[in-house]
Amino acid sequence: MALFGKGEKGALFGPVFDNNPIGLQVLGICSALAVTTKLDKAIVMAISLTTVTAFSNLAISCVRNYTPSSIRIIVQLAVIASLVIMVDQVLKAYLFEVSLQLSVFTGLIITNCIVMGRAEGFAMQNGPWISFLDGIGNGLGYSVVLIVVGIVRELTGSGKLLGFTILNLTTDGGWYVPNGLMLLAPAAFFIIACFIWAVRTWKPEQQEAE
Amino acid sequence: MQLNLNSVKYTIIFATIVCVVCSIMVAASAVALAERQETNRKVYRQRNVLQAAGIIKDGQKVSNEEVIKLFNESIEPKLVDLETGEYSTESDAATYDQLAAREDPAMSEEAPANNSSIKRVPKLGLVYHVLKDGHVDAVVIPVEGYGLWGTLYGYLAFEHDGDTVRGITYYDHKETPGLGGEVDNPKWKALWPGRKGYDAEGKPAIKVIKGKAGGVEEAPHNIDGLSGSTITSNGVTHMMEFWLGENGYGPFLKKFGQQGSA
Repeated sequence: MALFGKGEKGALFGPVFDNNPIGLQVLGICSALAVTTKLDKAIVMAISLTTVTAFSNLAISCVRNYTPSSIRIIVQLAVIASLVIMVDQVLKAYLFEVSLQLSVFTGLIITNCIVMGRAEGFAMQNGPWISFLDGIGNGLGYSVVLIVVGIVRELTGSGKLLGFTILNLTTDGGWYVPNGLMLLAPAAFFIIACFIWAVRTWKPEQQEAE
Repeated sequence: MQLNLNSVKYTIIFATIVCVVCSIMVAASAVALAERQETNRKVYRQRNVLQAAGIIKDGQKVSNEEVIKLFNESIEPKLVDLETGEYSTESDAATYDQLAAREDPAMSEEAPANNSSIKRVPKLGLVYHVLKDGHVDAVVIPVEGYGLWGTLYGYLAFEHDGDTVRGITYYDHKETPGLGGEVDNPKWKALWPGRKGYDAEGKPAIKVIKGKAGGVEEAPHNIDGLSGSTITSNGVTHMMEFWLGENGYGPFLKKFGQQGSA
């Protein structure tokens, strides 16, 4: 069995555009609204979620044949919750100020629908390696959306990217009047909707039948 | 041997193993990283002292190493007997943990009735001298008090008259982001410098009011309210009342102001 056969490639890259967890399945948008006001927050959140999804898929896939079906969901939750706490501890140790800004949202990865969805929907039926790739793939799919939304929101909302000024604000003597709406949660809805629209125009097979 | 995956006994054993493995991993990561996290928290508090003192400006990027360097250069922690307002050498200011001392019955007293849900007050309080060209230019005091969801912890800096505010920061709070959480907003914090802590009779007078307060000249004691967060705004007023008052740093600030611009 090849390490990177067709199935593995599909698991890794499929979720990025073809089967994007936010774009097509519309999962996990709660955190996509909350942490995308700034690009650095979005990136850290994207990496955290990708790590958690990948390792939770791996761990759950490893024990899938030994897990009693009556407690499978709670076992998945225990694994996911432990991983999230570990990620949170690492953030507090190495990226302290970003972790303060992310505050409760790192903890809320536990309830992110993508993580649970992949654990129950994919890792319970597939081998560890392909599950791990599927976790990374879905994390990447989530990351793409988060980063796109983060770029748009930080740029239009505060004229910056990663804290560097790109558009000179009127308050600092420049020409750009920041759009305050972009810093509020509803803006993420509009941007995600535009993202979904763009992807479905590019890949019409994702459109639902009328 | 064929395992019966759905037997009660197996389910319980499996659940136990999962729990033990998960808790070992969580505990190991928490213990292994504890020291680094503690350093981060300490540097973060130092950063906030420097921000209140106006040495680090809002939005300015300063690395942890620079924070430690700036803090060692320009900040001198001192201990103060809160009751008399005199400096105290009973304990080492550099290692004194005010939050721990507050919980220790030997080092603290029950707080008198107050609106900030402060239960105990330490006998010794930390203050941070802000040094400039070798003399004390300003002083930073820690403040804390209950807002809407939890206690707000922050620092308040006074000029050398012990009355004029130089700056404020909150380094830990649980207020609603976007409403009470706006205590972190640089624009709101910028309203503080120049306001006076005490009125003509020497009573704590600084207040967060409803609506706009106006400039420093017309409203020396008032700060604009945070819209949509009356309870947080009141919480800030109450903690100022307490920590600038007789049971807080009032006696110290009075003496500090009298020594003047030495």
